[in-house]
Amino acid sequence: MPTITTEGVRHVANLARLEFNDEETEHFTEQLARILDYIGKLNELDTDDVPPTSHIHPHQVVIMGSQTGASHVAKPDVVKPSYPREEVLANAPEPEEGYFGVPRVVDRSH
Amino acid sequence: MLYELTAHALHEKLKAREITAVALVESLYARIDAVEPHVKGYLTLTKDLALEQAHAADTGFQKGEDLPPLAGIPIAIKDVICTKGVRTTCASKILETFVPPYDATVMRKLHEQGVVVLGKTNMDEFAMGSSTENSAYQITHNPWNLDTIPGGSSGGSAAVVAADTAICSLGSDTGGSIRQPAALCGVVGMKPTYGRVSRYGLVAFASSLDQIGPFTKDVTDCALLLNAICGSDAMDATSVDVPVPDFTQSLINDVEGMKIGIPKEYFTPALDTEVADRVHTAIAVLEQLGATVEEISLPYTEYAIATYYIIAPAEASANLARYDGVRYGYRQENPEDLINMYKKTRSKGFGEEVKRRIMLGTFALSAGYQDAYYKKAQKARTLIKSDFDAAFEQVDVIATPTSPTPAFKIGERTADPLQMYLCDVMTTPASHAGLPGISVPCGLVQNGLPVGLQLLGAPFAEEKVLRVAYTFEQNTDHHLQKPQMHVNGATSS
Repeated sequence: MPTITTEGVRHVANLARLEFNDEETEHFTEQLARILDYIGKLNELDTDDVPPTSHIHPHQVVIMGSQTGASHVAKPDVVKPSYPREEVLANAPEPEEGYFGVPRVVDRSH
Repeated sequence: MLYELTAHALHEKLKAREITAVALVESLYARIDAVEPHVKGYLTLTKDLALEQAHAADTGFQKGEDLPPLAGIPIAIKDVICTKGVRTTCASKILETFVPPYDATVMRKLHEQGVVVLGKTNMDEFAMGSSTENSAYQITHNPWNLDTIPGGSSGGSAAVVAADTAICSLGSDTGGSIRQPAALCGVVGMKPTYGRVSRYGLVAFASSLDQIGPFTKDVTDCALLLNAICGSDAMDATSVDVPVPDFTQSLINDVEGMKIGIPKEYFTPALDTEVADRVHTAIAVLEQLGATVEEISLPYTEYAIATYYIIAPAEASANLARYDGVRYGYRQENPEDLINMYKKTRSKGFGEEVKRRIMLGTFALSAGYQDAYYKKAQKARTLIKSDFDAAFEQVDVIATPTSPTPAFKIGERTADPLQMYLCDVMTTPASHAGLPGISVPCGLVQNGLPVGLQLLGAPFAEEKVLRVAYTFEQNTDHHLQKPQMHVNGATSS
């Protein structure tokens, strides 16, 4: 199995929206490489003809041919009230005029 | 003392109006005041709410209403389960101020019974860990020896039941997070079949594995809690619509003719010799009571940890993407831009183990590695599940140790993540197959720490598991042992 380098850790950290300093990057590289080395044990298994399991109740209906294997719980398509806006926004770090506030993502000069 | 009793014993007293629910809450809080500073099992205590709920139960009992078995019973809730109006942190800094606007389905069901919620319990951050040392807030101490860990990730929920600072509690089990701490704290802990209990309002870690379950002082209480929380739910598409039996009907003191399988792969040289001895003794008890015991083989057992540490982190990396500082929880101030806000918020808000698993999972799902890691693990999961499918053609219940060792010292394994992961070697296989599993106390090792017997059943065969567990309990006295807590030189039992 392929393992992981410091460059790989930087790439994965960016994908996961995490950032590490050089010391942390070294630390995670060493630890993840060790864990992946242990996981390499799975290569002992011949799984060519083995189907993957993503869900343990395969007899249940698969949603739209997806691989989730989860049961298809269809609900009547009716509008129902959700949680009150102010209760949901009560947990928001910077609510603004009834919305979730975030740093500017659109440049006004364009 | 009232705090020492089981839910079913207390129900009789409440019903006969020998005691009030308010007096019971006062008894529990007096106990909490005395020992909680040493155990540190709770993250949040909700005494005012508890007294309100107790008053409501008392009103019903005084009117002579036929209230459900858990009415007025004080319970503790793992802080990964959403409680409306009560802070739910997952023991993470990123959710330090999060107050859910809704109740988890299990909470709604417990409130229908009229339970009294004492507070929210400590855990490994986002349920990732085997010792509760990954909490961002505090270390929980095992009541049997305050220098040792209570197990994890539901360590707080196990410790408060063992310390008699709750009558019972709820936890969650992804790779053993109910069964292993139950074993290490000498209480009963059960993970029901995947799909038995709604996960709505359970903060997601690994969605294909997570399941809520009870910690109790005996098997009867376990059945009562299962009755309360099981059942399909329109809010959780993975909950399964199968009939929920009355689990108290499985409290049968008889195993005559039942077949119990002993998987040879669980009795390796890595297993602590005293743990092996207590488990073998427990199995011999069941055999004397009329069960047929036979050795079985689950050949893919040794691949369960490697499989788990791909699948669980992969699912976690997706589930934890929602903690980005936008809608709830912690946000790093003065970011340069949106992406920088995500990165700063997540890097500061998550602890080291959570970051490690997000990294592992993101890597396993990233372009070029998905087939080598994630898909390979899903195929290995099929093989592990097929082991159990074959075994349950042959036997009714499988018996194993719950944990390879008793509780270890605080700090002993934190330096090496892989060593910590191997704590779950006895519990993860059944998680992959979604099986119901219980851990019941089966004795103490020489230094006084408890050992757990794990009993596993086929999917939805909780009744057989409960029956064997109940029979074992009724014919032994391990579940009656209480820790002698040495607190400030004094002994508190």
